[in-house]
Amino acid sequence: MTAATMLLAQAAEQSTSGAAEFWVFWLLAPLSLAAAVSVVLLKNPVHASLMLVVNFFTFAVFYAILQGQFLATIQVIVYAGAIMILFLFVLMLLGVDRAGEQGPGKVKGQKVAAILMGSALFIALTATVAGPFMGTDSACNSSPAVQESIAAQGGEARPCIGLEQLNADENGGNVAQIGRLLFIDYVWPFEVTSVLLVIAAIGAMVLGKRNDRLSELVDVGTADAPGVPHLVEGTTPAGELADDTDDTTDETGDLAREGQS
Amino acid sequence: MSPEAGIPAGYYLLLAAALFSIGVVGVLVRRNMIVIFMCIELMLNAVNLTLVAFSRINGNLEGQVLSFFVMVVAAAEVTVGLALIVNLFRLRASIDADDADRLRL
Repeated sequence: MTAATMLLAQAAEQSTSGAAEFWVFWLLAPLSLAAAVSVVLLKNPVHASLMLVVNFFTFAVFYAILQGQFLATIQVIVYAGAIMILFLFVLMLLGVDRAGEQGPGKVKGQKVAAILMGSALFIALTATVAGPFMGTDSACNSSPAVQESIAAQGGEARPCIGLEQLNADENGGNVAQIGRLLFIDYVWPFEVTSVLLVIAAIGAMVLGKRNDRLSELVDVGTADAPGVPHLVEGTTPAGELADDTDDTTDETGDLAREGQS
Repeated sequence: MSPEAGIPAGYYLLLAAALFSIGVVGVLVRRNMIVIFMCIELMLNAVNLTLVAFSRINGNLEGQVLSFFVMVVAAAEVTVGLALIVNLFRLRASIDADDADRLRL
């Protein structure tokens, strides 16, 4: 037994077994897909967002079995926790009953075209991204017997042993390794990200500020060219200036002066 | 395919591709802006799964770090995007994407 095979056997003992990964994947992949389809299909946005939470939890499990323990934790805290709470909060704020889609859409054949293009995208992604890694020699957790048979056929057994070594206890585990990368190799992107978060927080506060005075929100324009005349109190709509007898300014938001000029 | 052989990394990539496509179809089909936003989150998550799967294949953590940055950007995007949706709802009393077809009121 060479040193390499010793290392392989040792890593196989440390990692989760291939069978466990197999059953977890085939249990959760259909659940993940079903939850994603429900997000698209369910009419009630609250139900859709709860399905999205289910989807996020299955993602957390996938990260965990792909040796990304830190990301699995972050997925639960940030996505399933913070982001979904924000979504649900806005849904409740805006009112669920009137949030639905009323009437048919404006574009004809949109759904059929969307599904066709989505299928085309899926086929393209499958062929290009997933295609080269579908063989059993791309499995990271196969049992020693399977690895030996792959090696006997000239393939590379356990091609992805590196991550388990990085995540091993003597290296500090997954969190320490990611911290090392984040604060040494990627420290500049990390700092830029903090600026981005500050900008996002300030932007959300500025956008969320309720502005009751419409004139600050809407382009009032000048005396020569009023911006949105019928919405600004105290000003005469431009269309009525041109023709006083025509008093059919509609309330749908279309400008009266559009028909006049 | 026997359980002992484990799961080839391509299966995760396949699942991520399927979830990304579902997200794209959702963005194109739905008109509720919040649901469109949720579908965008779905797509971002599918990309994250691809990154983590490739990180596993390549045996280094760079993919996971990139995935971490995607999560941060997604969180920033959600705060600003939802604030925009709330503002749009105040102006138009609707979160139907078809109603937001003009830049002015």
